[in-house]
Amino acid sequence: MSGTWIAVLVTAVCCYALKLAGLTVPPRWLAHPRAQRFAVLVPVALLAALIAVQAVGRGESLAVDPARLAGLGAAAAALLLRAPFLVVILAAAGTAAALRALGVA
Amino acid sequence: MAETSAEPVRRAARDGITLGLAVGVSGLAFGAAAVTSGLSAAQACVLSLVAYTGASQFALAAAVAGGGNLIAGTASAVLLGSRNGLYGLRLASLLSFRGPFRLLAALGVTDESTAVALGQPGRAAARAGFLATFGSLYLTWNAGTLAGALGAGRLGSPDTFGLDVVGPAAFLALLWPRLRDGRAERTVALAGAVIALGATPFCPPGLPVVLAAAAALGAALLPAAAAPGEGPPPDDATRQPGLGDRADPAGAAGAAGDRPCR
Repeated sequence: MSGTWIAVLVTAVCCYALKLAGLTVPPRWLAHPRAQRFAVLVPVALLAALIAVQAVGRGESLAVDPARLAGLGAAAAALLLRAPFLVVILAAAGTAAALRALGVA
Repeated sequence: MAETSAEPVRRAARDGITLGLAVGVSGLAFGAAAVTSGLSAAQACVLSLVAYTGASQFALAAAVAGGGNLIAGTASAVLLGSRNGLYGLRLASLLSFRGPFRLLAALGVTDESTAVALGQPGRAAARAGFLATFGSLYLTWNAGTLAGALGAGRLGSPDTFGLDVVGPAAFLALLWPRLRDGRAERTVALAGAVIALGATPFCPPGLPVVLAAAAALGAALLPAAAAPGEGPPPDDATRQPGLGDRADPAGAAGAAGDRPCR
């Protein structure tokens, strides 16, 4: 078995094990109010970080992609107008795609 | 009664399927990138089937492509996967799946399914959203990986269709109610974003997002976070931890028309 296969299998199994570990942490570990608070807030921190990094990150550097930022701006505008989820997504993707097709951004 | 509780569930399922289908197309990009990096199509598919977490998969492919150290590549891919473990801490009480089904549900823990589950009022809708996202994203991601690995990735870039914006836009939409309702959530979200952006130039891709967990840790440990301001935020105390355990208050809040993204 090649080294690459070993790396693939170890990555696959460990990634699954991490998911399972989080889901099966004994409830009493999270009984403390601070632990509970951490568990509640951690997805908020990570998802906000993902939004930021996907908005202006490119690999190991920060890069502004005008079409992508405009798409996110359209999503925010749609959210402020209380648009449904699907409309938010379509506004974001549509704006970015349109700007790219027009060669504007 | 049946109607009032069925509607959020239907909506959650619809949102989850939509997001899964749109994001899953990126499987094409992964399949293509994996094969270009030197992984075989079978190896790309095993990663998508079992690891099923995009950031880790791209990280391993990049390590293979660089001809770099496979041990370091594997370690960074696994480190990135730790994010899903953190999500699980929250999802465990939110979804409270029991028994063997939890073994299957664990596979479905990703950014997307977590975001959809968090965005729902009450447990039934959270479960429906989680499972719908899992189902549609898993199928699309794996089909995309296979197609991309076999050459379909060269047909065009997902960016052309603006699909690169679908992920962040969806996360924004799903976080929106949390950010509107809670001062602590807003602070933590902002801090998380700042940490990740600040760390980006100095870290391998993906790691900055994991580091953002420090924002949640800080807010949980600092007594100051709960004490000042509006006092121990009454909203948070009753609502947030309750989303999993007491579906009613959250459901009531949602039914009260307080969900801005609807």
